[in-house]
Amino acid sequence: MHPYILALTGGGLIGLSSALLMMFSGRIAGISGIVGGLLPPNAADDRAWRVAFIVGLIAAPLLLAVFTGDSHVGPPTVGLATLIVAGLLVGIGTTLGGGCTSGHGICGIARISPRSVVATVVFVLAGMLTVFVTRHVL
Amino acid sequence: MREIAAGLITGLLFGLGLCLASMTSPAVVQGFLDVAGAWNPTLLFVMAGGVTVTFLGYRLIWSRGQPLWAGSFRLPVATAIDGSLLAGAAIFGIGWGLAGYCPGPAVVSLASGRAAVWVFVAAMLVGMTGMRWFRGRGSASMATPATAKGA
Repeated sequence: MHPYILALTGGGLIGLSSALLMMFSGRIAGISGIVGGLLPPNAADDRAWRVAFIVGLIAAPLLLAVFTGDSHVGPPTVGLATLIVAGLLVGIGTTLGGGCTSGHGICGIARISPRSVVATVVFVLAGMLTVFVTRHVL
Repeated sequence: MREIAAGLITGLLFGLGLCLASMTSPAVVQGFLDVAGAWNPTLLFVMAGGVTVTFLGYRLIWSRGQPLWAGSFRLPVATAIDGSLLAGAAIFGIGWGLAGYCPGPAVVSLASGRAAVWVFVAAMLVGMTGMRWFRGRGSASMATPATAKGA
């Protein structure tokens, strides 16, 4: 299948997941929020479904590998030091900004939340600027 | 039990979507962000598919009045476009550009067993925990304390 068709289909599955979580539990499918709720301080008291969601996420490529022979998981493109810095920034930024690509980018835009639209524009532009600097300036 | 089933099913679907869409390949994500290089529009198709289905699904589900297995819909109530939102989004975007991982694909990629991905996720959890401590009250952007981490 053409990568763009696969991407559209994959996006559709992400949308289906977000809609189902709203239908079952009345919740927003924001990954940084779901993970963050497991962390101190003031971890959420509804930890079971959050852990189950994460188990489902990690099971996905394993099932793909078993049934199709391809997990669709690619290798990191940068070294350990960069990954550590990037991980810290992603953790700090998504907590401070109240969401990531899923909570703001998919669910927030689907709710037509101005906050999420602005956040999405800002993190996409910041990402583009970062890649520009690391690939074309440095 | 139903909450756990809901988490497992939706987590699995979300993960399958990310994998099929190649969002678990940092090279593809960084290719989208690399507008001055060999631009890769894949992420745009993922967003289009995701937002369209979520938009339609939400309207259909909200028209029912309440979720199947919970008393009410728990939606973010924050509307302020403030410094925290802008700074947080900018900081996240820098990290996203550096590594090509946002939280979902990074967690999914743990399945590869690559130590580097585990290191990224560990650093992300440290960043999240540190920011939660710094703010002292987690994310205050949601309706009630019980749902304060949902976005």
